[in-house]
Amino acid sequence: MGSAGAPLIELKGVTKVYGMGLSEMHALRGIDLTIESGDFVAVMGPSGSGKSTCMNILGCLDTPTAGSYKFAGLEVRGLERDQLARLRRNYIGFVFQGFNLLSRTSALENVELPLLYRGVSSAERKEAAMKALNLVGLTGWEKHNPNELSGGQQQRVAIARAIVTHPSVLFADEPTGNLDSARSIEIMELLTQLNKENGITVVMVTHEPDMAEYAKRSVHFRDGLVVS
Amino acid sequence: MRIMLFNTILLALREIRRNVLRSFLTVLGIVIGVAAVITLVTVGNGTTEQVTQQIASMGNNMLILTTGKRMGGPDRSTAPAFSVEDSAAIKREVHSIAAVTPTASSSVTVVNGNENWQTTVTGTDNEFFPIRNRSITSGRMFEESEISGGRSVCIIGETVRKELFGAQDPLGLSIRMNNFSCKVIGLLDVKGQSSMGSDQDDTVVMPLKTVQRRLTGSKDVNMIQISVKDGESTSDAISDIESVMRERRHLSFNEDNNFNVMDMKEITQMLTSTTKVLTALLGAVAAVSLLVGGIGIMNIMLVSVTERTREIGIRLAIGAMEREVLLQFLVEAVVLSSLGGIIGIIIAVIASLGISTAINVPYVFDGGVVLLSFMFSVAVGIIFGYFPALKAARLDPIDALRHE
Ligand SMILES: Nc1ncnc2c1ncn2[C@@H]1O[C@H](COP(=O)(O)OP(=O)(O)O)[C@@H](O)[C@H]1O
Ligand SMILES: [Mg+2]
Repeated sequence: MGSAGAPLIELKGVTKVYGMGLSEMHALRGIDLTIESGDFVAVMGPSGSGKSTCMNILGCLDTPTAGSYKFAGLEVRGLERDQLARLRRNYIGFVFQGFNLLSRTSALENVELPLLYRGVSSAERKEAAMKALNLVGLTGWEKHNPNELSGGQQQRVAIARAIVTHPSVLFADEPTGNLDSARSIEIMELLTQLNKENGITVVMVTHEPDMAEYAKRSVHFRDGLVVS
Repeated sequence: MRIMLFNTILLALREIRRNVLRSFLTVLGIVIGVAAVITLVTVGNGTTEQVTQQIASMGNNMLILTTGKRMGGPDRSTAPAFSVEDSAAIKREVHSIAAVTPTASSSVTVVNGNENWQTTVTGTDNEFFPIRNRSITSGRMFEESEISGGRSVCIIGETVRKELFGAQDPLGLSIRMNNFSCKVIGLLDVKGQSSMGSDQDDTVVMPLKTVQRRLTGSKDVNMIQISVKDGESTSDAISDIESVMRERRHLSFNEDNNFNVMDMKEITQMLTSTTKVLTALLGAVAAVSLLVGGIGIMNIMLVSVTERTREIGIRLAIGAMEREVLLQFLVEAVVLSSLGGIIGIIIAVIASLGISTAINVPYVFDGGVVLLSFMFSVAVGIIFGYFPALKAARLDPIDALRHE
């Protein structure tokens, strides 16, 4: 997929407009951003500056209104819903502030879920999910449902779910936003480890400078523009 | 894709188990619909079968000649009665008939000691038994001399025997009727109720002459009963009999028949077609409740989609495609509705066995209706599950994730 040598992520003049007419809302006003494979980027900026909107576009959950988004050289704008879904399932891991785990479903089954949609057999699913849970330090918690886990543990299940498919890139939108500082540090250490040892590109939104410290570089948003 | 479908079914079953009571209430409409359709059709078929059997047991190729017209015209009281000679003429001139017997009947109270019983006495001859498909289980038929001499002998049905004799063996004993007594020489086989509801065992058979002389007091014959030879056309036989009778009753070409030939086969068809129409009608009414059941499923599936918007968002975000989410909810609806169908089938089998036993009709299992109802309930799941499933599949992942 994509052309060899192209950066993993390349945004050029990306805009996003919500609504129409009087209620038109320019969430992104022309973003240029390039992220190479293996990078660890912290996205910072005040609330409402368009960080989440940008992450959703990067994560192929949404498409730009105008401009170009090339993922590994492939133009994403104009893709069909199912083509976006295929990109998400094969190359992208996503971690949300609110964890977004399936309730009443065990940690193991949550992590297995993306593999299910890839048609992986049950035995292989289980093996891969156990491995991912081990990687995030949750061995022994496989059978627990999210409501039996702490916030930090839940976010680690979410990370395990995001990386179980060996994605090219992991997008995390305020992954520590709901966690206390000790838990936050654990999550940051986990992301750093995944980036260093497993070579996963990480793009993470945070507004805490402490957390941004873990990244290799930071990108700052203001009013729908990248300012530095 | 196969792994996907298998997992989807497992997922659907788990979702259904998670809320057993709600799932059950959801499919109640389907359960009732399927159970009603199958039960009604099964019991209806049983009734049809019963009528057919009963009429067949009366003698399938049997014709009954009565006086009067079927509809309008001279009625039975003004039309002249038949005579023994009419019967003899039919026997002589219509070659497609196997047997013919003149009969005269009278309603009489029969007495044995302290027991008495109101019954119908039929005067006839030995041809009566093969024509009516009856046999003598003990004792004997009439002797020639008893018939020609009009002797006081009788053959009684099971109901009369039970009422008058109880545990006694009636053979050789006498029963009294009006002012004479009559020796029991035989017992008729047990037939039970006829399709018209009359007790075929509540009868006494005597020589025709005896009945005419002692009970009716005339030489009239009310009815001539005829059986057509196997393989002969019943309608040809009827028209032959009609022309013989028209001639004997001196009817000119512009006069209507003042007698009527009833074809028992035709009556069978009439009765069974009536019950068949009724069965179909009731089945159709019950099928409407299946539709209502489908609306119930749609309603709950819509609620379920709303409740599980976040779950759908998560599935879409991690890369589920539209058709996979659609399939998930569709499978859930179909699994629900087919479970309803299966429960309905089980209830229907039990209910129709119970009802058939209670109203005493044969239980006729109709695999076609069972299969059809099951397929119908699956179809209801697909049709009424499709719209909610589509609604789920078309959700925007970001909106769905934001949903509380
Ligand atoms: N679906 C939407 N419809 C309308 N406006 C939206 C929508 N999503 C985001 N916005 C608006 O776009 C702007 C940027 O939002 P967001 O990207 O969530 O900011 P951040 O994540 O930096 O806080 C905000 O003003 C927000 O209100
Ligand atoms: Mg945000």
